[in-house]
Amino acid sequence: MTAPTTALAAPPQTGVRRASRALDRHPRVGLAALLGLPLGWLVVVYVVSLGFLLITALWQTDSFTNEVRMEWTLDNLERIVTQDLYRAVTLRTLGAAVLVTLIDVAIALPVGYAMAKVFGPRARAALVIAFLMPLWASYLVKAYAWRSIFIEGGLLSSLGITPGFGEVATIVTLAYIWLPYVVMPIYAGFERVPDSLVEASSDLGARNLRTFAAVVLPLMYPAIIAGAIFSFSLTLGDYIAVRIVGGSTQFLGTLIYDNVGVAGNVPMAAAVALVPIVVILLFLLAVRRTGALRNL
Amino acid sequence: MRISKPVRATFVAIVALALAFVYVPLLVVLVNAFSTSQALAWPPRSLTLEWWGRAAANAGAWQAVGTSVVVALCATAIALVLGTLCALALDRFEFFGKEAVNLLIVLPIALPGIVTGIVLNNLFRTGLGLTLGLGTLIVSHATFCIVTVYNNAFARLRRLNGNLVDASADLGADRFTTFRLVTLPQLRSALFAGALLAFGLSFDEIIVTQFTAGPGVTTLPIWIFQNMFRPGQAPIVNVVAVVLVIVSIVPIALAQRLEARAEQR
Repeated sequence: MTAPTTALAAPPQTGVRRASRALDRHPRVGLAALLGLPLGWLVVVYVVSLGFLLITALWQTDSFTNEVRMEWTLDNLERIVTQDLYRAVTLRTLGAAVLVTLIDVAIALPVGYAMAKVFGPRARAALVIAFLMPLWASYLVKAYAWRSIFIEGGLLSSLGITPGFGEVATIVTLAYIWLPYVVMPIYAGFERVPDSLVEASSDLGARNLRTFAAVVLPLMYPAIIAGAIFSFSLTLGDYIAVRIVGGSTQFLGTLIYDNVGVAGNVPMAAAVALVPIVVILLFLLAVRRTGALRNL
Repeated sequence: MRISKPVRATFVAIVALALAFVYVPLLVVLVNAFSTSQALAWPPRSLTLEWWGRAAANAGAWQAVGTSVVVALCATAIALVLGTLCALALDRFEFFGKEAVNLLIVLPIALPGIVTGIVLNNLFRTGLGLTLGLGTLIVSHATFCIVTVYNNAFARLRRLNGNLVDASADLGADRFTTFRLVTLPQLRSALFAGALLAFGLSFDEIIVTQFTAGPGVTTLPIWIFQNMFRPGQAPIVNVVAVVLVIVSIVPIALAQRLEARAEQR
């Protein structure tokens, strides 16, 4: 170690040193220097553009050139509220999001409970990895996997089940893709339920089911909602899986994508995109009191 | 709660079913990659290695791999710088709006991909009048990759011993020297793990990519998506899908291992 001896000599007054001293005296400058670049990036690229999306939803496109015209109109929003197509698609997407969430929670509750409370630590560690691993397997490949299962002549038709591509296939596929996002918070929630409470309940004579319903489940609400936030909001915005296994089914996501691409009507797409944003915000506001947001 | 044998058996059965639900679809893709059928027919009549050779010789797929690697590397590099700066700032300073900054970092990944996609598409095209291309794609990917680097770096900084930084200052090192010789070496493995996650995230992303890449830029997920619907391409898509799963799991597994090892220390 030679550093101490060299440091004892009076350090040369280089520019770097002077800058360092200035930072010691003015910590705010240091903060600004650190945060300036990343915050500037995020604010410009994300916050400004989120606001800009709102504004664009109030603009219109030229019906001849498809160029965006910066003239204010409420037409886009009005169409979403009044036109049957938009209302039907919104309801269908919401329904699918609710169903996907119910399926995932129904699977995640017993699985999460088993992982946290039934099996030993070794099996638990293995199961955590087993359920987490597919989280990182490509989203696209997972949707494609279900395409090869639902396709005519594929795995399901070989079993004599032929729902084909459509809403059912979409819901199953989305439930599959978001399952790890729901299992993990619910498992973590069960982990946090103290065994002593469960034992006390059973000492007081409650049977297993009663203990689960009266003691464990109320403690689990935040974790369940945390999981539900994932499956619900991710389903609301999905369009890739819908394209891959949904046949001609329209979701909010496919409407947005078609309006940007095929139809070239960005203001309309922006207006449709506000629907999932508003729904998710309302959902988050509604569940904020349960403390679920701290479980994310 | 005492768990009786039948209850235990029920749980074992449920978990086994859930595991089957999770892994059977992935196995179907794996088996199909060796199937002689061109139309995903099940069960496969016989097995072949032909598609692996054809996939390896597919110029389009390789080009897409190249594009994906370039995008993921650039996005990761930007995210590394921005994420580390954020982590240092939020670890060292207390300031008004800290929570908001935290939220802002997470937001691009917390909102559904389609929202991030349309928001960025609208900014680039309508707002700035840009033509979509490699540049806009890299900016978009970097934006949602910041959070992985930030999370890893911040968690590590929290665990670091502040005494070392103080000791370095006492010994006469200025802030920059301390960062270079004391903080950075301790941060290195966390940054590497964060970078791996960012790379994996970017490599695998399709939704934001479709909205911000423009028609001329084909990443690997876009290539798969386009070829999925083409008749006769299914076998090659299967092979590429298997490779993609392996390629995206390896960096994540590595990153988790690095983090686990760091926690043990």
